[in-house]
Amino acid sequence: MPTKISIQNIRKSFEADKGRLEVIADLKFEVNDGEFVAIVGPSGCGKTTLMNIMSGFLQPDSGAIVIDGRPRTKPNSKGILITQQGSVFPWLTVKQNLLFGLPDDLPNRDALADEYAALVGLKGFENNYPHELSGGMLKRAEIARALVVKPEILYMDEPFSALDALMSLRMQNELLRILAKEKHTVLLITHDVEEAIHVADRILVLSPRPARIQASFDVPFTHPRKLSSPQAQALRVAILKELGVEETV
Amino acid sequence: MKRVNQALPSIVVIAVVVALWWALVVLADSVIFPTPWQVIQGTMELARDGTLWEHIGASLMRVGVGFGIAVAFAIPLGLWMGWVRGAFVTLNPLFQILRPISPIAWIPIAILWFGVGNASPIYLIFIASVFPMIVQTTAGVHTIEKRYLRAAENFGVPRAKLFLHVVIPATLPDIIVGMRIGLGVAWLVVVAAEMIALRSGLGYMIMDSRNAGNRYDLVVAGMIIIGLIGLMLDGIMRLLEGMKNVRWRYAH
Repeated sequence: MPTKISIQNIRKSFEADKGRLEVIADLKFEVNDGEFVAIVGPSGCGKTTLMNIMSGFLQPDSGAIVIDGRPRTKPNSKGILITQQGSVFPWLTVKQNLLFGLPDDLPNRDALADEYAALVGLKGFENNYPHELSGGMLKRAEIARALVVKPEILYMDEPFSALDALMSLRMQNELLRILAKEKHTVLLITHDVEEAIHVADRILVLSPRPARIQASFDVPFTHPRKLSSPQAQALRVAILKELGVEETV
Repeated sequence: MKRVNQALPSIVVIAVVVALWWALVVLADSVIFPTPWQVIQGTMELARDGTLWEHIGASLMRVGVGFGIAVAFAIPLGLWMGWVRGAFVTLNPLFQILRPISPIAWIPIAILWFGVGNASPIYLIFIASVFPMIVQTTAGVHTIEKRYLRAAENFGVPRAKLFLHVVIPATLPDIIVGMRIGLGVAWLVVVAAEMIALRSGLGYMIMDSRNAGNRYDLVVAGMIIIGLIGLMLDGIMRLLEGMKNVRWRYAH
């Protein structure tokens, strides 16, 4: 498969009270077209900074983000960022949110919005306002709004971390169901190793700050995955070990 | 039934105040200060001969025009100052100096510039209500959460769409709060302005009733009517807060 995203020797530091704080040091990896890559790391290791750089909202001090062979410096609708907080506009209905990213002169934009609302299971809620929806439904709306503009890449920064454990698991399944219908390249940042094993094709482990790629694990299991299988548990233990957590199965 | 139960304590308080007023007037054997009943009779008298409605109409017209001009001026200006940093830095200090000046202090200048017709109170209402609305609108733009602006940036929408679908609706709850404050101040000011130099309006009615024969029943009637209309105007503004696309800010 061709390379979709190439992260080339990214460095980033911030001005802090005690001199400069190096957050990301010489980080590099590649993501294939259609691949689902999860990035896990200890808290405060610079995961969100990395995501902001990859999605184009933040410039690295050096290095480059190359997408389809071309350097990318600004965010655009080819790669949509979904964050933990969420950003569904509360003053627009679900339908209006979905229409937001679609050009006004797109002939079938109305039907497209309905189609994606239905895809994520929000049929019948198109005319509701976000504050009338539950947390899980709000996430579905956010995913639908991202997908309706047909992005090539989804950047997901702890997308389900604000949900309760059960809802988080449900949304992971939903994401997999949707991605089975529409193939996308996905970069997921999470602190949840089980979530990463559940959804990703490959898992990268970041080192403590300054962040580097410390280890990479393929997840060769077919969907639907059983997290209780010995192989999955062994992978979990191996990843946790990389993160500095010793645990027996 | 629940609404009645909620309103009950406030109705009791008002009834107690009116009863106390009545009792004190009777006990003091006052000839000038009216009883509640005399106030009601006075109000009926004015309502019957039509002058009451003329005064109310004149006051509301002045507030409507002055406040309307202020809204048309303050909201675009506030949005601009909120969005363009240079505009804010340049204009904000001036507005912050003008804002604390009581509209009453402007009365001599208003008379100098606009004479004693309708233009003076309209100008005073404008001056009184425009600054709170500018400040509130500007603050509204400044406090738009970054995640929403980033999402808009991510979808790469044109500037006009960004304004129409993100900046303005995100600021709308603050604009409405500003309008509520602005209209409240406008109502305060129109009455004060009419006391000075006009031949119509509720403020004039109060001063005229005193000057023309100590009709304190009409003075008090005017005051109560001002209070009730003020409450009604605020109620109208509160209806705006109930709109579905702004409720996200008020309802939790």
